[in-house]
Amino acid sequence: MDDVEIILDAGPKTYSRRTFIKGVIAAGAAVSASGYLFRGPGLLSARPTAQGSVERLITLSVNGQQRRVDVLPHETLAMTLRYKLGLTGTKLGCDRAECGACTVLIDGVNHYSCSMLTHQVRGRQITTIEGLAAADGTLHPVQQAVVDEGGFQCAFCAPGFVMSMAAMVATNPDPTREEAAHALSGNLCRCGDYNKILNCAMRAAELSRTTA
Amino acid sequence: MAEKTIGRDIVPPDLVAKITGRARYAEDFRAEGMVFAKMLLSPMPHARVRRIDASEALRMEGVLGVLTAEDVPEVSTPSEPILTMEPVYEGEPILAVAAVDEATAAEAVERIVVDLEPLPFALDPLLSLRPDGPDARLEGNIYHIDDDVREMRTHKWAAADFDGAPEGRLPMGEPAFDWSIGDVAAGLEQADGIVEETLIHQSLTHHPMEPRSCMAYWQNGKLHVHVSTQSAARCRASLAGMLDMDMEDLVVVAEFCGGGFGSKITAHPTMAMTALLSQKVGRPVMLRVTRYEENYIGRARPGFQAWAKMGFRSDGRMTGLDLYIVQDQGPYGRSGDAFTAATVASLTYQPEHMRFRGVSVFTNTPPRSAQRAPGGAQIIGMLEPLVDKAARELGMDRVAIRRLNAPASDGWVGPNKGSLTSAYPKEALDKAAEIFGWEERIARSGQTNGTRVTGIGVGLSPFVGGSTGFDGLLVIRPDGKLYVHQGIGNLGTHSIADTARAASDLLDLAWEDVVVVWGDSARHQPWSSVQAGSQTIHAHTRANHAAATQAKRKLQEIAARDLGGSPNAYEVGDGRIFQRSNPGRGMTLARAAERAIELGGAYDGHELDEDLHAMTRASATALAGTGLVSAAKDTYPHDGSTWSWVVGMAEVAIDTETGALEIMEFTGVADCGTVVHPRSLAAQIHGGCIQGFGIARSQKWVYDPKWGVPFAKRFYTARPPGILDVPLSPRWGALDIPDPQTPVGARGIGEPPVGAGSAAITSAVADALGGECLCRTPLTTDVILAAIEGTEKPYRPLETHV
Repeated sequence: MDDVEIILDAGPKTYSRRTFIKGVIAAGAAVSASGYLFRGPGLLSARPTAQGSVERLITLSVNGQQRRVDVLPHETLAMTLRYKLGLTGTKLGCDRAECGACTVLIDGVNHYSCSMLTHQVRGRQITTIEGLAAADGTLHPVQQAVVDEGGFQCAFCAPGFVMSMAAMVATNPDPTREEAAHALSGNLCRCGDYNKILNCAMRAAELSRTTA
Repeated sequence: MAEKTIGRDIVPPDLVAKITGRARYAEDFRAEGMVFAKMLLSPMPHARVRRIDASEALRMEGVLGVLTAEDVPEVSTPSEPILTMEPVYEGEPILAVAAVDEATAAEAVERIVVDLEPLPFALDPLLSLRPDGPDARLEGNIYHIDDDVREMRTHKWAAADFDGAPEGRLPMGEPAFDWSIGDVAAGLEQADGIVEETLIHQSLTHHPMEPRSCMAYWQNGKLHVHVSTQSAARCRASLAGMLDMDMEDLVVVAEFCGGGFGSKITAHPTMAMTALLSQKVGRPVMLRVTRYEENYIGRARPGFQAWAKMGFRSDGRMTGLDLYIVQDQGPYGRSGDAFTAATVASLTYQPEHMRFRGVSVFTNTPPRSAQRAPGGAQIIGMLEPLVDKAARELGMDRVAIRRLNAPASDGWVGPNKGSLTSAYPKEALDKAAEIFGWEERIARSGQTNGTRVTGIGVGLSPFVGGSTGFDGLLVIRPDGKLYVHQGIGNLGTHSIADTARAASDLLDLAWEDVVVVWGDSARHQPWSSVQAGSQTIHAHTRANHAAATQAKRKLQEIAARDLGGSPNAYEVGDGRIFQRSNPGRGMTLARAAERAIELGGAYDGHELDEDLHAMTRASATALAGTGLVSAAKDTYPHDGSTWSWVVGMAEVAIDTETGALEIMEFTGVADCGTVVHPRSLAAQIHGGCIQGFGIARSQKWVYDPKWGVPFAKRFYTARPPGILDVPLSPRWGALDIPDPQTPVGARGIGEPPVGAGSAAITSAVADALGGECLCRTPLTTDVILAAIEGTEKPYRPLETHV
């Protein structure tokens, strides 16, 4: 290691809009994937906003509450939920629409929040795993079904599956086992607990029929 | 009396948290002033770093610091460093940057100039073994270990070893290790039938759902880390070792782990990296590991290029097994997979004569580690179709030939012919055949329905099911509840709850009065087994049983002291300690806990057994005075090794026009001793078998041999099974025969289903193809279709990563 030259001396700090844009051009891969990276509030004041870009301070309807939040144009809903609204129940398993761990409901429909821009969901009703149970703590029929059936192993996929089950019972409260599997096929469980997950889904449908 | 909990389903104590968003995994924690890290990963499979210029990155607004290999403890070859100046696989971390947010850190990484000198690289162990083949490491291509020497060596075979091998057969030069039982040549000589095949098993990434993200900060000289690990207490011990620090100065929070499968057994270099970066920049640091990064740094199962020759007498008994395994070791360490594979084969078939030869060769591909049933899953998935082939040639039923060769409890295992605690694979085969309906289904073998042909498969898969000698730590508090402190991990097996049942049942407590304490080392953990290798249900029902036995004795002594008579005259039940002959005379456990505190000494944890591990001692001492404290080491006798078994049976349909494979039905049956938690056991059997399906049919790597770079890096290019890839209603069963050498009778079950699932599919596919063993995994659609159509195969015979 002796012959390696390592320069960790920053020299004078210089920052200008011009050097930033040059950096963006040079940065290639990192910037092309920047929607999947989290940009915190720390540098917001220093960041230039491109012409014609959308307003950053927006109101989101999340779990029945109106939340004011500062959102960058390329920010994904998963990042806004996890890093700005403190809703860490929504998980990131793959960053790009391969696993479904980040599934949330938007106007009752299950979506991958890693693959939606936060600006797309202005004015729409967003429900996350934290907002599924009633305010008094009563579990949603899907959650109760999971308790009844002892569902999931590591459960990192569970919030996403539970949201997909909630969307399923709302549209098809009397599915066959095969229909339930199709409804949940956008979610991946690496523990392979699919049999128990399907038991939960069928129980959830049953509970939602009896409580509806 | 309280209802016994062993054998019945419970709601795991952490379940509601997991489905309401309250469960916090490593990436869910925040700390005041937290900043983000991003790693710079090697773009080359093997290179030397000549120069790093981070000056432009460090001038960026919001960039706080850069950690390089110069900042981390050095390790000796072939151990894996935390950061490196000689990356040995594409994707290896060279440095890490901390910045106020993740995007800034990523931009900073892009602005760091790293001058790399490319070095020779090896992707294929067989190429590295050629006389002029490349070595993955500058120091050689194998790590040699014998009684006297541990060193890197260059291991090459002669040109004649390659030229002399028939086309498509594994060349077999000088092995690096070998063992024999009897005389394999004589065994094969006695055989009436011989099967012989070259076998190719892929390497594959673990890919737990939760990537190994980590958050670390330092406070008052102590390091606090929020990590994703399989084993809480042992992760703390190994991370302390990695950082060369006192375990007392390390707080590890690991309450939830989003899957590991062997890839997160203890500390991972990224944990140390995050901790050291936090120390360097003086801020809490979050390293959010992406799926793309997890593919590189997240560990993988070693692939095999192997050869097997089996001899059978006309009655089906295996007379000889000759096995050669070339193991793909990746760039670091020394995996035991090949050894374990040979041991598992010896146990499964009890050959009268056996020889094992092998060599484990370094390659410039991601680091290997144990993956659920390491070695066992590979060898069972590959050998079971050969057993089928022999059964066909001998005109035997495929279940019957396995039943004949499988051991009973007086069987043996491994090169030293070690004894077993108990084994019932024959009974498991019988039960599986009954549940699956083997007799009826086998009649459909090879039948066609339109373009689809049916195949029936069976796999018999054992794996080690338990260790001994760990500590249990319990407190009965003045609230009358039993607090079971667990140092094992929480990765979804429900072990934290299920091993606690040994204590609650012995103390006759209702499950509602049991509080499981786990995951945060600040809440005091006993020295524990790693949560790996199917150890915990065995190791920690024993440890908790030992601690509960001690607690019961203390309760009896307290009662006798206060209420008179002999301690042995007292019994526990329904939250009380009472005189057996006069149940009205007694006290509640809550009162006994108060009395323990008043009495002090051994009763409340101020005096401890001498044989406890230092970690347990420290934890018990911290808990001293909080109630009746019981800390005990598992010293129960145990003779022989403990193995569990799973039988998998599958019916598949293969579309002969497209090569598409559908798994129609599946049954898994376990011999794993006493059933502690039926629903969780079913989930382990099915889940493990489904991971085996992924091995058998879909997950793989693809490498460009010219540049040494991988292409299959994400879920969609190397897909684990999804919910539509598995049968809708798989069935299961368990023998529920207690193991006689452990108090609760339970053996582990995590590992064995993987080989059973993989082998049931490789066996069923061979059956559907009329007995033709493709002898490689994964059996992707193109591989199957080429076999059906007899067209050119999409791979060369010994080729991997295609």
